Formats: sequence, structure tokens, C-alpha cells
Amino acid sequence: MIYFNNVSKIYNKDSVALDDVTLTVSAGEFVSIVGHSGAGKTTLIKMILADDKPSDGTVFFESVNIHKINSNELTKLRRKIGAVFQDFKLLSNKTASENIAFAMEVAGKTDEEIASDVPHVLELVNLSHRAHHFPNEMSGGEKQRLAIARAIINQPELIIADEPTGNLDPVNAFEVLQILKKINDLGTTVILTTHNRGVVESAGKRVITLEKGKIIRDDKDGKYII
Amino acid sequence: MMTELRRIIKSGFLNFKRSSLISWAAILIVTITLSVITTIVLLQAVLHFSLSQIQDKVDVTIYFNTGASEDKILALKSSIQKLPEVASVAYTSADEALKIFRDRHSDDYPTIQALDEINENPLGAYLNIKAKEVSQYESIANFLKSDNALVAGSASIIDKVNYHQNKVVIDRLDTIIKGAQKLGFLITLILIIISVIITFNTIRLTIFIAKEEIGVMRLVGANKMRVRGPFMVEGVIYGCISTLITLFLFWPITYWLGKNMTDFLGFNMYEYFISNFFEIFGIILISGIVLGTLSSFLAIRKYLNK
Repeated sequence: MIYFNNVSKIYNKDSVALDDVTLTVSAGEFVSIVGHSGAGKTTLIKMILADDKPSDGTVFFESVNIHKINSNELTKLRRKIGAVFQDFKLLSNKTASENIAFAMEVAGKTDEEIASDVPHVLELVNLSHRAHHFPNEMSGGEKQRLAIARAIINQPELIIADEPTGNLDPVNAFEVLQILKKINDLGTTVILTTHNRGVVESAGKRVITLEKGKIIRDDKDGKYII
Repeated sequence: MMTELRRIIKSGFLNFKRSSLISWAAILIVTITLSVITTIVLLQAVLHFSLSQIQDKVDVTIYFNTGASEDKILALKSSIQKLPEVASVAYTSADEALKIFRDRHSDDYPTIQALDEINENPLGAYLNIKAKEVSQYESIANFLKSDNALVAGSASIIDKVNYHQNKVVIDRLDTIIKGAQKLGFLITLILIIISVIITFNTIRLTIFIAKEEIGVMRLVGANKMRVRGPFMVEGVIYGCISTLITLFLFWPITYWLGKNMTDFLGFNMYEYFISNFFEIFGIILISGIVLGTLSSFLAIRKYLNK
């Protein structure tokens, strides 16, 4: 589903974020990408979202070279990907239900679909009582659950979670992981970056370890070993 | 398409309502810009009025010999009227000239007495010519001096043309009027450019504050128009509200000017404001909407390329 072919990202000669990375993520996989801060995890995610361009190499989403498509095609591609970030990236001037509705609106869903699906997904992430609250009125765990709800509402083929537990306490972190696993069990590919050992080990899935922009391990039932 | 448009408009109104402090700051700036534009419109009216008043005071008079036949004078009058530079020609007969002279000197007993003693009308008839532009008097005067077919036979009845006596004053007035118009245009241009830059930067600032949100919208998969649209709607709202505030402010201001400054300005500002209300409303509304929308459109471009 995702193919990295010799991808490098060099900001300057002292700052190499990715160094000749080649990797494949198949449909339906749950992949954890681990590594220290600055190992290149977020850069890798940015490459998939076309939020940044590689200095060298190519990134494919199925048969599409992500960095060779125009703005309209990119917009359509992003609708196939649900993204969850450490800093949540919610729309601060929209309520919880409006944040989810926005993702549905841009995907071209009708008002009826929005009215019926939003309450369901809020219920799924246990946020029904927060439907009309703004993000700044919610706790970190609630914000992250809202971000996940927004990411899954359009049933994307891929969920990217960049350090989703970074700002959460262990209980909330565990809860977020369980939701991601459940999504994966339903067939959605999940790429998770983290440096939380507990999260990786309780996931018990494929682990790719990055160090200084290079892949140093790729274990099928990996553990967090650095 | 209609659903998309409705969602964009709704989103624009919601954003406007929810970020009220920023919205009102932008409205304040747009209002200031529109006030500058309105002031310029009113000042242009004052300038235009004053200049046309001055222009109206300039004329060329052809004095005829006493006893010149009225037919010849009227023939000349109709010839002059056909000149493209001429705005109007007024004929004053010898009798009328005498009457005007007597009225003007009614307190001057010796003059009236001298006039009575002559026992005949010493004054000739005259034609008063007004040109469309001050600079055209010279060509009119030259035309009268020439041996043109139109004026053929008139030379014998013309006593004098006062243009050459007034030439210096007329030329100077022409320079002043043209200078004032140029200066007025320049000041207008500079003020409008400054106001537009200030407004553009203020709106750019409001969008800068929202740049994170813009990035998030793009990541979620919103197309450019879906991101840009609500900001442009907000721009339209800024323009409309600012227009209403500006007109509301200028109502009492022009009323006061009309009441107290009519003598000084030479014309009633309030009457001008009221009689040209819809034109002024149109100018400000269009300026406001174009300013708000275009500023938003341009300011957001930078953040849309991701």
C-alpha cells in the first residue's frame, strides 16, 4: 500500500532527517515506527501526507507517486488517509461535532449522512457528552479521541498516528491504542509513530526502528529495542 | 455545488461570530479606510465645486462700437456659439448695458449727471463668452482676431476684446486649477494606497492567526476553495458592516458641516451627501467588499500551497 524507495530528506548537511529509507507497508497492517526524538519518525509521516517533499527517492500510495500529483489529486488522496497527531490539530473554533462534520463535508458527504454519522462516531470514542464543546474545553485524552473520531469518520484506507499518546497519561494512552487496534481489526491500515515502550509492546505488531534517519530494525512481532 | 456554497457561507458567518475580537479589529481598520475614501469623495466635491466657481468667474467679453448693428452682432454670436470650445455666449444690448451701468453707479451722482448731459448712449453692446475650459480662451480670442470667414465683416464693429488684458490672470488661474486638480489626484492616490496597504496587512494578520487551522483543513482533505471561501465570506462581512458604520458616522458629520461650514466651503456638504447618497453608498460598499474579499483571497494564498 505504501512504498518508500530510497527516500532521503536532507535539510542541510548537518541535518539529515531520512537517509535512504526503503520500506513497504501492506494493506491491513499495523506498523509501529519507533525511535528517539529526531530519529526521523515525523518526517517519514510527513512524506506520506505530502506535507513535505523528499530530497531524493519516491513515495508511492498504491500506484500513485505522492509527490508528483497536483493539488486537486493531493486533496483527494488525503481524504483516503486519516491523520492523528500528538498536538491533535483540531479546528479550535469548531465544536467537537463540527470538527468531525468538517471532515465529512470536505469529503462531499450529504447533510443527512453527517447528521446520522457524527453522533455515532462520537459515541464510539465515548465523547457524546462533549459534542458541543470546543477543543479548548476538553482534556488531552478527549482531544485525542476526537482527533481519532475525525480521522476514521470517512472510513479511510490508512490511519496515520504521529505520537498520538505523546501528550497523554498512561490510562488515556492505553485507551487510544485500543481504539487504533480496533480500527485495524476492522481492516484499516495503521501507521503509528511513538517512543512509548508500553504502547509498542502492548500493540504486539510489526515494529520499525529508526535511528538517525535510517531503518536499523524491522521486526514482524517487534519489541521496543533501542 | 450549492451545498458547498451554503457550507462556505455558513462557515464564514460562524468564524466571524466566534472570533469576534479579531473580526471587530478588522472591521475597525476597514472602516477607517472607507472613511478615508468617503472623505476623499467629499473633498473632491468641494475642490470640484470651488474650481468650477473660479472657472465661472473667468470670461471673455467682446465690446462692440456704438451703433453696431444688432443683426451683425447676433450673426457673430451664433458663429461663436458653434465653436466647440464655447460653453455659452450671452448678448447684452447697448440699452441693457446702459441700464446696468446706471444701476451700478446709482450712488455716483457726478457720473450719472455726466451721462445725462451727453444725452445719448455712449456704451456699445457686448458679448460675454464662457469657455468650457480656462485654457480654451486663447484659441477663442485668436479665432476672433483672425480673418476667418465666420467673423468676416465683424472686425469693423468690434471695439475691443478684453482677453488680452486679462491674459495673465487667466493663464495663472489655469495653472492653479490644473495644479490643484493634479495635487488632489495625487493626494487621493497616496491616501488610498496607504489605506489599502493597512487594510491588507490587517486582514493578512487575521489570516496569519488562523494559519494553523488552514494547514489542518488541508490535511483533512479540504480543497483550496473550501479553505479560502469562509475567509472571503468574512471579508465580505467586514466590507458590509464597515460600510454601514462609515455611512452612519458621516451622516452627523456632514450634517454638522452643512449647518456650520456651508459659507466657508461654498456649498452645503449635507445636501451633497444626501443627494449623492446612493452613489457614495455604492462606492463605499464596492470598495469595502473588494478590499475585504481581495485582501483575504491574496493573504491566504501563501498558506494554501501545502
